[in-house]
Amino acid sequence: MQISGAQMVIEAFIAEGVDTVFGYPGGAIMNVYDEIYKQDKFQHILNRHEQASVHAAEGYAKASGKVGVAMITSGPGFTNAVTGLADAYMDSIPLVVVSGQVPMSLIGTDAFQEIDAVGISRSCTKHNYLVTDAKDLPRILKEAFYIARTGRPGPVHVDIPKDVTAQIEEFDYDIELDLETYKPHTKGNPRQIKKAMEAIANAKRPLFYLGGGIINANAAYEVREFVQKTGIPAVETFMARGVLSHDDELLIGMLGMHGSYASNMAMSETDLVIGLGVRFDDRVTGKLSEFAKNAEVIHVDIDPASISKLVNANYPIVGDVKNVVIDMLAQIEKIDSDNYESWRETINNFDELHPLTFYEDSERLKPQWVIKRVGELLGDDANISTDVGQHQMWAGQFYPFTRPRQFVSSSGLGTMGFGFPAAIGVKVATPEKTSINFTGDGSILMNVQELMTAVEKKIPVINIILNNNFLGMVRQWQTLFYDKRHSETDLSVQPDFVKLSEAFGGIGYRVHTKEEFDAALKDAVEKNVVAFIEVIVHRMENVMPMVPSGGSLFNMMLLEKKESK
Amino acid sequence: MSENSERRVVSVIVINEASVLSRITDLFSGRGYNITSLTVAPIPESKYSRLTIVTSGSVRVIEQITKQLHKLIPVLRVYEHADMVEKEMAMIKFPASENLSDIQALCEAYNGKIVNAGENTIIAMVADEPKRINNFLKAIKRYNPKEIVKSGAVALER
Repeated sequence: MQISGAQMVIEAFIAEGVDTVFGYPGGAIMNVYDEIYKQDKFQHILNRHEQASVHAAEGYAKASGKVGVAMITSGPGFTNAVTGLADAYMDSIPLVVVSGQVPMSLIGTDAFQEIDAVGISRSCTKHNYLVTDAKDLPRILKEAFYIARTGRPGPVHVDIPKDVTAQIEEFDYDIELDLETYKPHTKGNPRQIKKAMEAIANAKRPLFYLGGGIINANAAYEVREFVQKTGIPAVETFMARGVLSHDDELLIGMLGMHGSYASNMAMSETDLVIGLGVRFDDRVTGKLSEFAKNAEVIHVDIDPASISKLVNANYPIVGDVKNVVIDMLAQIEKIDSDNYESWRETINNFDELHPLTFYEDSERLKPQWVIKRVGELLGDDANISTDVGQHQMWAGQFYPFTRPRQFVSSSGLGTMGFGFPAAIGVKVATPEKTSINFTGDGSILMNVQELMTAVEKKIPVINIILNNNFLGMVRQWQTLFYDKRHSETDLSVQPDFVKLSEAFGGIGYRVHTKEEFDAALKDAVEKNVVAFIEVIVHRMENVMPMVPSGGSLFNMMLLEKKESK
Repeated sequence: MSENSERRVVSVIVINEASVLSRITDLFSGRGYNITSLTVAPIPESKYSRLTIVTSGSVRVIEQITKQLHKLIPVLRVYEHADMVEKEMAMIKFPASENLSDIQALCEAYNGKIVNAGENTIIAMVADEPKRINNFLKAIKRYNPKEIVKSGAVALER
C-alpha cells in the first residue's frame, strides 16, 4: 500500500504490537502526531517533558519485557530525551525512540530546532538511523525493533526529517530482515559449558554472582532452579534484585559498594565466581586487584565485550543466559550440593557477625523502616521503582523482592528524576500491581511535572518521598570523606509536597510516625489515585555497609553496633 | 593503563553507509583508545569499505577494541593482524634545486620513484613498510623536503 512516512511509523508500531507510546509533540514530528490522532490501535501518553517520556518507556520496557516506545520532536525535544537514551543504554533496556528532524533541505543550515541528533545519540544508543528516504522506513523501523530487543538489548534511535514523514511510498512490513553484520551469539559453546560445570564440581567455595542480564534474558526461573539444585550460595547485583526471592535460603544478599557484609565477604573468599549476566561494574567490584582475588571466574554474558573487560574470565561463555543455564542444568548430576555445606556455614557466620540491619530512633522514622514496612504491607503486590541516592540503595537492601521485573531503577547511569516517570511506565505495563516509587526530596523535584501526566491519564503511582532535607547520598560522602563540609546539599528550603501534589490534582500526606505512615499508605492504595507520601525521616542516616570508592570489597565501613532493636 | 602498550594493526570491514566512519572514531575517542593512523576506502564491487587502523594499547585494551568494534551494528568483520603484509605510502616535495639523481637513488632503495619534476619542485613517492618509510624520511632530511604526506598503513593478513 502507498502511504506517507508518518503513516508508516503508525503501521510499524501496530505490526510490532505496540500498545503504548510515550511522547511529546512539536514542529518536526507533527505529521506523525496527526496520524496518531487518527488511529485507535495504541494509546499515547503525553508526558510533560521529553526526558520523562523516555524514562516512562524504560519503566514500561523493564516491567513488561517488551520494547518501550517514545516519540519526540527535533532540537530541544531530542536533547531533552538524551538522558533517557543514555540511561537505557547503560542498563540495556530495549527502546525505540523516534524523533522528528527538520526537513532534508534544511539539514545543516542551523534551521529552527535543528540539532545533529544522530551525532549526539551515537554514543548513547545501541544503534541509530537518520532516515533520508521514506522507501527505507519500513526496513529501518523493523530493524530498529529487532536490534533493540535482541542480543544485549538497548535503545535504538530513529531520526526522521519532516519531509520524509510526508513522502508517500510503498509500505511492506513483511520483509525478511537480512542483517549480515548483526548476528548475536545466543548459544553457549558446549565445550566451555562442560569445562565450567567441571570447575563448579571441583570448587570448594563457589558463588553465584547474578546480574541484570538474567532478567533481560527472562532466565530468572531457570537460574532459581540452578541455584536450588546445586546448593551454591548466591549474591545479586542491584540490577538483579528479584532474580531470587528474598526468602531463598541460598540468597546471601546484594553485593557491592552498599552490599551486605556477608555478600561482600563471600565474594572475597570464594574460589569460583559463577557470573551470570553481569559486567563487573566498579560499584560491584570495588578495587579490581583485590576483587575475588583467589577465585577462578566463569562469565556468561550475551555481550562478548563484557567478558574479560575488567576481570579476566577463566571460563568465558558468550551466549544468552537462559540457553546457557538450560544447557548447564542438563549436566547438573556432576554437582553434589553436600560439598558446599561448610562454605554455606561460613557465609551464615558472616551474616550473623554483621547482619544487614538498622537501628530505630525514638525521634524520627528511619528510612529503612519505611521501605521494610512497605514490603510487609504490599510485598509481592507492588512493583517498585526508585530514584537515585540513599533511598535507592535502601530499597535495594531492604525491600523483600519476590520476582524478576518487580524492581525498576536507574542503575548504571544513576539518573535522578528517573523514578516517577519510570513508575508511570511500570503502572501502564502492569496495571494489576501497585506502582510504588521510592524517592528522595532531591530526586522527586527533577521530574515532578509528571504529576500532571499521571493525574491526567489516571495512572495511580504512589510516590514515597523519604524526606531528610538533604541531598542525602552526596551529604553522606561529604560527612565521611569531606570533613562534614556539606557543600550545597542542605535542602532545608522545600516546597510543601502535600500541596504540590494537590495542586496537580493528586493527593498528599505528610507523615512523622509509624501509625501515620501505615494509615497514609493504606489510604493511598485504597483511593487508587496519584499520591505523594512525604515521610519525615532521620536527617543524618547513612547507607551502611559502605565500601569507600576505590577500596577493596572486604574493607567495609559497617553500622556501629548498638543494642538490638 | 600502565600495562605494556604495543602497536597493533586492526582491519575493519564495514557497510559503506552514512556516518559509519564517525561510529568508529567516536568509539575510539569515547573509550579513550589511540588512533595512530586510519585509512578507509570502499572495497570494489561490494557494499563494504575496509578500514585499516593502527593503534596501540595493552593486550586487554586491544582485545576490547576488537570486541567493541565488532559490537557496532554495521561492522562485518574485525581482523587483529598478527602475520601481515603492511605498507604505507609517502609523498615528499623537494625544491628543484636539490640533487635529482641522489633523491631518485634513495627513492629506489625504498620502493619508490620521482613522480613529478616541475619548474620549482620535485615530488617523490615511496611505498614500503611503515618502519622503512620512517627511515626513508630520516634519510631525505638533508635534501630539505618542503612538504611530506603519509597515507597511513594498509595491511593484509598473509
